[in-house]
Amino acid sequence: MNKWWWKILCICLLVYTFIAGLLMDVPRIPILNETVRNLYFHVCMWFAMMILFTISVVHAVKYLSTNNLKFDILSRQYAVVGIVFGLLGYATGAIWASYTWVDPNQAASASFGAIAREPKLIGAAIALLIYFAYLVLRDSINDLDKKARISAVYNIFAFAFLFPSIWIIPRLLPSLHPGGIGTEGNPALEFKDLAPNMRWVFYPAIIGWTLLGVWIASLKVRLKFLKEKTLFAQ
Amino acid sequence: MTYKIFLMLFFSLISLLAFAQKKIDMADTMRSNGKIYVVVAIILTIFAGLIFYLIRIDRKITKIEKNQL
Repeated sequence: MNKWWWKILCICLLVYTFIAGLLMDVPRIPILNETVRNLYFHVCMWFAMMILFTISVVHAVKYLSTNNLKFDILSRQYAVVGIVFGLLGYATGAIWASYTWVDPNQAASASFGAIAREPKLIGAAIALLIYFAYLVLRDSINDLDKKARISAVYNIFAFAFLFPSIWIIPRLLPSLHPGGIGTEGNPALEFKDLAPNMRWVFYPAIIGWTLLGVWIASLKVRLKFLKEKTLFAQ
Repeated sequence: MTYKIFLMLFFSLISLLAFAQKKIDMADTMRSNGKIYVVVAIILTIFAGLIFYLIRIDRKITKIEKNQL
């Protein structure tokens, strides 16, 4: 294992997240109640996804400027782990919403109709689908250099599309999700909104989850490098 | 007399305020009887298992990398 320290840091931060995240005091907020602790888990998934996609697009640009296939492998593996974190963020968001956004005075189907129209949900779904298309596009091209170049260009497009679909459009429309009209601004980073003692867990949690994603991606990259080496040796 | 009535009203209103703040439900029972530690222990066990698995994969890859060079 090359370079241990950040893996140990990742484990320590996540252990701290689980212990402090469940035991430390959180503000008492109506409707959210105890589920406000999901900030340390659900929101961190999206932060990790965003950081992993950023690493992926940086490698895509590096590939385009150097034509070194090494960067193509790096870019692809970071994108895949980013997608996994995005899916986890979506799944956890679905569970959270089904307990906090559902109107108890209405039929479940009526509540679902309102939740399914959420701009944040639609935007996140579009962003993830564009990244799915990235994988489909890659695997449909056989020529190695062509595959690498087209997917690097597409990766930049997909990354650019993240901004309107998950950052800008949901902020412009009325939404139940924090950040829409009524709760303007970044719901997680706004200093006046986030209780000070929650920040002590939230920021370490972001770093911990992101490092876990980077760790998994680095394993996938190393495996792929080994595979390529044996392929070329034959 | 009016002073006393005023005080009485004031303190009854204060108690109402405290009552209104207490209405937000939290998992206080779970915390007071210590069952929350069970949840923490279970999450940490699962996490330890996953991390152990991840470290083993990491070690295996390192071994293969060393054999190749």
